[in-house]
Amino acid sequence: MIQRTANIIPRTIARILIPAIQVFGLYVIAHGHGSPGGGFQGGCILAASFILMTIAYGLEDTKRRFTENMNNILSSLGVFIYALTGWMCLLLGANFLDYSALSAILPADPVKARYLGMFIIEVGVGITVMAVMVSLFIDLVTGGKHGEGL
Amino acid sequence: MEFIISKYNYWMYIVLMMIGFYAMIAKRNLVKKLLGLNIFQWAIILFYVSTGVKKGATIPIIEGGHGELVHAVNAAQYLNPLPHVLMLTAIVVGVSTTGVALALIVLIYRRFGTVEEDEILEALK
Amino acid sequence: MKFIALIATLMTGALLMYAEADFPVWGDPDSPASLHLSPRYIEKAMEETSVPNMVTAVLADYRGYDTMFETAVIFSAGIAVVMLIRRPRQ
Repeated sequence: MIQRTANIIPRTIARILIPAIQVFGLYVIAHGHGSPGGGFQGGCILAASFILMTIAYGLEDTKRRFTENMNNILSSLGVFIYALTGWMCLLLGANFLDYSALSAILPADPVKARYLGMFIIEVGVGITVMAVMVSLFIDLVTGGKHGEGL
Repeated sequence: MEFIISKYNYWMYIVLMMIGFYAMIAKRNLVKKLLGLNIFQWAIILFYVSTGVKKGATIPIIEGGHGELVHAVNAAQYLNPLPHVLMLTAIVVGVSTTGVALALIVLIYRRFGTVEEDEILEALK
Repeated sequence: MKFIALIATLMTGALLMYAEADFPVWGDPDSPASLHLSPRYIEKAMEETSVPNMVTAVLADYRGYDTMFETAVIFSAGIAVVMLIRRPRQ
């Protein structure tokens, strides 16, 4: 198991930095349309905040906040959101993943609906990437034995 | 001289790629082979991104394009976005596949107690 | 063995160096990559999708099918790692 660090400096710095990193990750996902960013990058930044939490506060503490079940559910939820958006377009009478059809249920004209549809799928991609990166890190760094360590 | 200056980026990618290639075929340690694979992949990613460069162009984000519609966008003004798109997904997928490869190496280490290729082949006989 | 590997590496590198002479100059606006397909995306992306960031527009809209399965690949990689090495405490 990754132990909680005994040194106060990493823990204090992590306590200050983690919320800032998470807000920045959400910003990168949400502003992926007008500035450099998007689901993949924002998901990686969000995962970095959880990895920093694991390093500074130990695995036990992180898993209490971000449990394994939650991780598995989130990683499949992202793909589900993406596929569901595609199917919604199909059900509304357009091609698969043709977001302009979403203007029937979203308060926007067809051109703006493509913007909103892209935002929805970026959120899905971000959720999946975050959950998968966190689970990759935790599984590989402890060799799969979360409680015991390598 | 002109020839060298105008093409030096490809030389760098080739050098990087050959470092990865040598690590993949000559090293016996599986982790080192995986690192070579990653270096090879990054050389290709850098090569792809460099094909999108145009001199005097800016990043592929339309300026002042928030809200109002912008007409008459000049294609020579912006970088080619397609290599960026392809490599963006390639980077994240590369990280995930590296994770799977590391998991397999962990399993091999559990089974044989080593990650050296020749010792594994010896143990398999 | 290592010597043969070095020879093979050098020969492959020399071959690539030889082929590199045909490549366009770095930053050439008239290179084949930036002449055929990309101007269509650059000129129409804002008009058709109202997204200023062309990378996002191409990634999530024009190539949405591709990106969906890239996400599925990431998901399956994560699940594969969990299934391969996760050992729950008995």
